[in-house]
Amino acid sequence: MVDDGLVSTPDTNPVVVARGITKRYGATTALLDAGIVIEPGHTHGLVGRNGAGKSTLVNILTGLQRADVGELTFAGQPAPAIADRDGWRRRVACVYQKSTIIPTLSVAENLFLNRQSGQGGNGPIGWRQLRRRARDLLAAYEVEVDPDQEARDLTVGQRQMVEIARALSLGARFVILDEPTAQLDGKGIGRLFDRMRSLRANGVTFLFISHHLQEVFDICDTVTVFRDARHVLTEPVADITPAGLIEAMTGDSAAGDTDYTRPPVPSSADVVLATENLALEGHFADVDLAVRAGEVVGVTGVGGSGRISFAETVVGLRKQTAGSVRVAGTPTKPGHVPSALAAGLGFVPQDRHKEGLIPLLSVAENATLTVASLGRGGFASPRLRRSLAWKSIDDLAIKTDGPDQPVAGLSGGNAQKVVLARALASDPKALVLISPTVGVDVRSRESLLAVVDRLARAGTGVLVVSDEIEDLRVCDRVVVLLHGRVHGELPAGWTDAQLVAAMEGIEST
Amino acid sequence: MSSTRQTSPELTEAVPNRSGQPVFRLARLRDFTLVPAIIVLLVVGALISPVFLSSANLINVLQQQTELSVLVLAESLILISGRIDLSLESTIGLAPALAVALVAPTSGYGLGTDWPQWTAIPVCLAAGVLIGAFNGLLIMKFKLSGFIVTLGMLIVIRGLQTGITGGQSLSTVPDSFLYLGSTSWLTVPASVWVCGLLFVIGIVVLGYFRSGRSLYAIGGNVDAARAAGIRTDRVAWIVLTVGGLLAAFAGLLMTGHFGSVSADQGQNMIFQVFAACVIGGISMDGGKGTLFGALCGVLALGLTNNILTLAGVSGHWLQAIYGAIILVALVLARVTSGKAQD
Repeated sequence: MVDDGLVSTPDTNPVVVARGITKRYGATTALLDAGIVIEPGHTHGLVGRNGAGKSTLVNILTGLQRADVGELTFAGQPAPAIADRDGWRRRVACVYQKSTIIPTLSVAENLFLNRQSGQGGNGPIGWRQLRRRARDLLAAYEVEVDPDQEARDLTVGQRQMVEIARALSLGARFVILDEPTAQLDGKGIGRLFDRMRSLRANGVTFLFISHHLQEVFDICDTVTVFRDARHVLTEPVADITPAGLIEAMTGDSAAGDTDYTRPPVPSSADVVLATENLALEGHFADVDLAVRAGEVVGVTGVGGSGRISFAETVVGLRKQTAGSVRVAGTPTKPGHVPSALAAGLGFVPQDRHKEGLIPLLSVAENATLTVASLGRGGFASPRLRRSLAWKSIDDLAIKTDGPDQPVAGLSGGNAQKVVLARALASDPKALVLISPTVGVDVRSRESLLAVVDRLARAGTGVLVVSDEIEDLRVCDRVVVLLHGRVHGELPAGWTDAQLVAAMEGIEST
Repeated sequence: MSSTRQTSPELTEAVPNRSGQPVFRLARLRDFTLVPAIIVLLVVGALISPVFLSSANLINVLQQQTELSVLVLAESLILISGRIDLSLESTIGLAPALAVALVAPTSGYGLGTDWPQWTAIPVCLAAGVLIGAFNGLLIMKFKLSGFIVTLGMLIVIRGLQTGITGGQSLSTVPDSFLYLGSTSWLTVPASVWVCGLLFVIGIVVLGYFRSGRSLYAIGGNVDAARAAGIRTDRVAWIVLTVGGLLAAFAGLLMTGHFGSVSADQGQNMIFQVFAACVIGGISMDGGKGTLFGALCGVLALGLTNNILTLAGVSGHWLQAIYGAIILVALVLARVTSGKAQD
């Protein structure tokens, strides 16, 4: 690894200097007096947990948003005006997680979009010439893609290389890669890194954002850590250990004060939820998992680990390509939610707005959607519905005007409790919670997790799928997924550092 | 990760033909999928009736399709840039009706304004521009759904025409209106020449100019187009305005063709417009399709219509057959593109 230190020599200005950047969205502070200095020719890593402020920094560095307070210079020059898109594009390029390729056009046209006949030219487009320029450009950056190909057919890795080549052809020598490896497999990551190394040798500077710390050690010269909207440290990679990096990311946050210790689950307890060689092509493979009655098992992993798609396959929202799921011993029909529910499964889906709730219906109706029979012959008895709803409201301490209030009027935490009430209304033997505390305040989180604890004590098997450390504290053991495979399992008593290390793909020490 | 890596076999495989030979491409061919269909239609027509291949009949088919083809040109531009405009079918009626009513004497159901005859064509075209620009205002500035805005406009404009004309057909039409619809150049009606010219201009602009390509970029991925420096809202607004202008021009041709502005001029035409676009390979999702394909769609519909008439099929069955053709074309598009349609 090259390490020139952080002190800029007089004749080489840093490519980017951001100082004292503060950005607020309403009551949320996304960045607070944060900054970054990126030296020319370096590959600079930027890491931090969700909500640390990485995306906001990228938006500010690429001119998509303006900082409320702070100073931003490129190679010693002040940043261009927000409206001057061309000015920004000459200084900084960004490969976002979202594609900026137009799928219906050819690769060649995508490379020269809006400048097909030369910069600012309005003359007729010479397609032959355009293809030749595209071929030259792709060759110059060793991107082996056919310029005539329709861009929709590119793989993620090829798409990224085309976007990088396009950015460099605009004159930018500073490229931000926003989690470029999240959608790549191991081989694709290797190819990307090879290309980054050869571009670095040609003087291209990178800001590399990743959730996988191991990658930072593989490719970066320098690393910056953000935590809770603040800059924590910037160090040469050679001077920092994985443990030090994790400590910087997690901080010395006090461990959760709630104690969820339950008596160990006897091995004689029935298995209420089991997966066998479960796989969904392109997402995860070979996941074997068993949850016993009274046990709480966590499944975690960073974005792109296959955690969410695994959970959605278990409950039948997605159809597996291999393997099977058993609920209380009964095999469920692949990709078929009703059969999972019938077998005794309850679940809280990932996005309560999209899959969890029908906002204009009342609390009572939402809470009882899964109840198979509210009365004879499919007749939904309003009285029975209301009494069931009152029971849920009491059990889960839902703050509402009553069963008839539309759920659209509830707070995030209470709305999530209605979803949980619905999952519990059918009295499930096994419960799957997918990201149960996203957008939920601290107190509601605690009361939700207390419900999980109580359910487990009462003999329900619970699977908690989340990347929030707080959610996982309630678990007896935690299974960690990495790139779609089971990376390891942490028995009860894990520490935050161990968990983060496993999630980020670093062998725990 | 190790730092030494071999070049991957997959990447090299993904480059099908480096020798520079044109690669066989199904997507390219989709623009021409209707050419064999049109040839089949010509053969079938010739077998069904000896009159079919006569130049008089074929020219008749072309002339009947001129108004539709101009509307299809307008709708294609709008669909390619990822928008939709249903109100074109009302614009084709109101624009000429307004112009004629302003110049016609009260005896011809005019408004009594007696504007000079020469103002008719400019007023007609200006009405189209204003309607298109107003659609753009509602959709771009007020961020309303294009489908509902133009559906509302369809009804409003139709109502305006009925209000202005009192529900009457206007048959006192200025000579300038009649010219294109009734004159022939080199034995082919002038309106056919003009439509052909409009399509050539459209094909060249969409195929060879930055401004034309930006329609595909916007329709394909509006965020990416904006990131590339295309002023996406402005382009979409211009396209909607041009769409209105073309619809007004189609109204001009139609009025010249029939010698009057009927009270329901253009009514229900939008279904044929969409049918021709979709058959011609224009994607309702935007970003895809060519004007040549859309033109082929118009011709295929026109020939089908003509053959059914010559074969003595009752006019009452035409609609059912149109519908069936659209469905078959959709299935074919699904099969050839291999992608699910939203």
